[in-house]
Amino acid sequence: MWENELFFEAVPLLLEAFIKVTLVVTVLGTLIAVVLGLVWAIAVRELPPLLAAPLRFLVDFIRMTPLPVHLLVIYYAFNSLSAMTVGILVIGVHYSTYMAESYRAGIESIRSGQWEAATALSLPASRTWRAVILPQAIRNTLPSLGNWAIAMFKDTPFLIFISVPEMVTRAREFGGQHFTYVEAMTVAGVLFLLASYPTAVLMRKLEKKLAY
Amino acid sequence: MPTDQNPDPATTSHPHNGGVPRIQFEDVVKKFGSTTVLEGLNFSVDRGERVTLIGPSGSGKTTILRLLMTLEELTDGYVWVDGDPLTHDRRDGKRVELKPKQVSAVRKRIGMVFQQFNLFPNMTVLQNIIEAPVHVLGQSTEQARTKALELLDRVGLGDRGDAHPMQLSGGQQQRVAIARALAMDPEILLLDEVTSALDPELVGEVLGVLQDLAATTDITMLIVTHEMQFAQDVSDRVMMFDSGHIIEEGLPAKIFSDPDNERTRQFLQAVR
Ligand SMILES: Nc1ncnc2c1ncn2[C@@H]1O[C@H](COP(=O)(O)OP(=O)(O)OP(=O)(O)O)[C@@H](O)[C@H]1O
Ligand SMILES: [Mg+2]
Repeated sequence: MWENELFFEAVPLLLEAFIKVTLVVTVLGTLIAVVLGLVWAIAVRELPPLLAAPLRFLVDFIRMTPLPVHLLVIYYAFNSLSAMTVGILVIGVHYSTYMAESYRAGIESIRSGQWEAATALSLPASRTWRAVILPQAIRNTLPSLGNWAIAMFKDTPFLIFISVPEMVTRAREFGGQHFTYVEAMTVAGVLFLLASYPTAVLMRKLEKKLAY
Repeated sequence: MPTDQNPDPATTSHPHNGGVPRIQFEDVVKKFGSTTVLEGLNFSVDRGERVTLIGPSGSGKTTILRLLMTLEELTDGYVWVDGDPLTHDRRDGKRVELKPKQVSAVRKRIGMVFQQFNLFPNMTVLQNIIEAPVHVLGQSTEQARTKALELLDRVGLGDRGDAHPMQLSGGQQQRVAIARALAMDPEILLLDEVTSALDPELVGEVLGVLQDLAATTDITMLIVTHEMQFAQDVSDRVMMFDSGHIIEEGLPAKIFSDPDNERTRQFLQAVR
């Protein structure tokens, strides 16, 4: 049976968990992923093969193993770090490996003529990346980065594995106390939707703005 | 031989006497995998000379220009620019690969215009032109801008500096690409079929700019083109290639009207 009272009681409680944990993890995790993903994508291309190969292996390894495993391993390996810190770092690094793939596709979509024109003008590599390649590549990559940020957001409940009190964990506790889960879980779902949807719309707007 | 007096090409600048050719290919070998495109090519180009490369598809014309622009790696041999080694030097009889910095120092003397223009679409026309002068030659933005506007005027686009490349016609884009190459003050300009991607009615405006350039500067030019009239008008010499070899060369008037080589004759008949 659905009880309105429980629904409204759950709202402030879960909203607090949503803002203090889910949003914080997602925003900081996305920042880490966006920056590190770009670092991986450029490093794999610019490093000498002897260094690029192990890096590529490491990135693939992280991408192809489950997030909860990383959370647990890092949490128990570095027990001086708080669960929240581990959550942000691990989720950020995990998603950086997905974003690296998106950046790679974006970079590879740039026609070779752009690199060749940069060489013909003797632009140094750093300037070629910054002024020519990345502005074009990131424009192609942006929709995909947005999707990964939303996917990360939806993966935050995995933080339950290291007992970070994020929103779904709190909803479960709340449901346990009141012997019904529907109301609290509905609140959690609605909050997820309320945050994801405007983000998706915003990303689309940003894409349009970046078009030349 | 140009090397022996020249132990450190990146730091010593040459006494630019008239005897040293602007460009010299020495025993140049270029392979793509197991395909040999050039097998021991030798030729040189004088300062200010305009040389047109003709020859059937796949004869290696583009490869030669790309080697000069360091867009392809030399498999063997040497390329000298004003007597300076471009990518490989000869030291004590050994072939030594130069460091990127040394390569860059010589490459700055060379400019290239591509068939596909290759303008940077994320920049305005003006930004395209000042990018390298500012970030490679270290000019001030103001200085580079002034020069860029002059160059735009020269190619007939003085009012399009703030446009984006996508807003321009192919002919206009190619003229911007020419201005961009000239902004680096190159001693050598490489032109690889610069009108081949253009609609026929836009070819003339680009050739006009190049003709003016040939008439008013002493830039050394290496030209690959199917525009035989243009080639005849601007070149001092025509080199006919077949399978990576020069099978005939000479004055354009001679090559175009009365070639000695039978294959040159057939080729010219086919493209006319
Ligand atoms: N990147 C590459 N990989 C493999 N083979 C190549 C590559 N670039 C060129 N070649 C080969 O080298 C040969 C010479 O090519 P090149 O482009 O220099 O000829 P070209 O004279 O410019 O021809 P066209 O008139 O068609 O432009 C051709 O057989 C071509 O297939
Ligand atoms: Mg060609």
